Amino acid sequence: MLLGGEVFRSLFTVRLHWDEFIKQLHFIGWKSQVIVLTTGASTGMVFCAQTFFQFHKMKMDNATLTVVGVAMITELGPVLAGLMVAGRVGAAISAELGTMRVTEQIDALRTMATHPVDYLVVPRFLATVIAMPLLTVLAWGVGIAAAYLLSITVLGLEGSYGLRHLYFYVDTQDVLLGCIKALFFGGIIALVGCYRGLNCGEGAEGVGRATNEAVVQSCIAILVSNFFLTLLLRGILYP
Amino acid sequence: MIEAQNISKSFGNNTVLHDVSFKVAEGESLAIIGRSGTGKSVLLKHLIGLLMPDEGTVRVRGVEINNMPERELLAVRRQFGMLFQGAALFDSMDVAENIAFPLRRAGETDEAEIQQRVSEMLRLVEMPGVETKLLSELSGGMRKRVGLARAIVHRPAIILYDEPTTGLDPVVSDSIDQLILRVRDQFNITSIIITHDMRSARRIGQRIIYLRDGQVYLDATAEEVFNSEDLLVSRFVNGEANLKEGVM
Ligand SMILES: Nc1ncnc2c1ncn2[C@@H]1O[C@H](COP(=O)(O)OP(=O)(O)O)[C@@H](O)[C@H]1O
Ligand SMILES: [Mg+2]
Repeated sequence: MLLGGEVFRSLFTVRLHWDEFIKQLHFIGWKSQVIVLTTGASTGMVFCAQTFFQFHKMKMDNATLTVVGVAMITELGPVLAGLMVAGRVGAAISAELGTMRVTEQIDALRTMATHPVDYLVVPRFLATVIAMPLLTVLAWGVGIAAAYLLSITVLGLEGSYGLRHLYFYVDTQDVLLGCIKALFFGGIIALVGCYRGLNCGEGAEGVGRATNEAVVQSCIAILVSNFFLTLLLRGILYP
Repeated sequence: MIEAQNISKSFGNNTVLHDVSFKVAEGESLAIIGRSGTGKSVLLKHLIGLLMPDEGTVRVRGVEINNMPERELLAVRRQFGMLFQGAALFDSMDVAENIAFPLRRAGETDEAEIQQRVSEMLRLVEMPGVETKLLSELSGGMRKRVGLARAIVHRPAIILYDEPTTGLDPVVSDSIDQLILRVRDQFNITSIIITHDMRSARRIGQRIIYLRDGQVYLDATAEEVFNSEDLLVSRFVNGEANLKEGVM
């Protein structure tokens, strides 16, 4: 996408608008915590329970936490955080920029010697790219903690044994894989959101459509790219 | 100062401007009149490089700005101020931040100086002391004034007004017209005003261009336009609808 190129050019040639960046980081990173916490905890517990029920039949109870952990770290964490952030942040970005376009605020910026990419897109892009890995780590933390609590209380598993197993089977590469994915998804969310907003159609209808498209397209892009990222990064990270 | 030469512009298969040419001299004030949807805003946006013509050239002080990359255009646009139809104020900022924006963008960092310029501009548009108000607290006329203050705070050489009085009541419209004249005379700014308010056009425009169906139908002094014998012009100027045309 052209916008991506323009963002990278701006990143390296134009001074960052710090105040706008901090504001976006606060909104995108800090305020997304609740939604990511909820998703992480709920997924961790449900996935743990279902895995346990299946594994119990095969007398593999103690592998439960490991499977949950690896799945959370490499797939569920980044993808679910990505989808939730796409819904919350992607929608907000496209609606805000779309409204600015419709009310000629984008044109006004341009007349006041300000490039919309420098002033609007780059801070949002950086904030999302930085926030996504952090939010993903948060999702891992609560997801695994919730699974652990569930397994020692309700499911009656031996906690320390499960944790040791988990620690043994999760590699640095898994963590790296999860983080890189999250970073990449953050980029997708910000770029699609900004692109849809800046190229929004006329009126309230245009803003509505832009928002809708931003969320749908970034979700699809996340899901599709996740598959290819998994293949590609496995090839690179696990020689 | 600004020269548009044979400008044509289409969106898809909707031809909006067709072979439009005119010149604006330094210090002149030009009014562009015409019915809604004839492409007045589109024309104005070409003069400042917000839109690029399909054909033709736009020159600002001899510099050809069409096909100039956006980043180079940013510098050219520092000579301009523009008041948008809906004021286009940044709703994430308060009044003072809006007006200070062009100054900050021009590299002004002295906060005291910025504050002082902002309140000077607010006095000029007769809205002193509203610095910390939010935009949601302002009426349409007040927004236009703040937009005007923002457009002139960095002392541009050229100012573009897109329907500055549309949607305002006659008294407020009148005060906006007064402000436009005051700004023009105080700073000797070249002004281009789009309007379909004939009272405004008569008061402000030394020269008037009547845009019709995307073409310059008439380019003459205010005097000539208002005394024109041409049926189409006099109908427009006097606000008489030709129903056959009006229904369309
Ligand atoms: N960005 C755009 N994309 C497509 N069509 C546009 C765009 N801007 C303006 N138009 C079309 O150009 C025509 C003239 O619009 P405009 O210049 O806003 O008229 P007005 O004379 O009322 O200011 C309208 O038919 C409008 O639909
Ligand atoms: Mg218009």
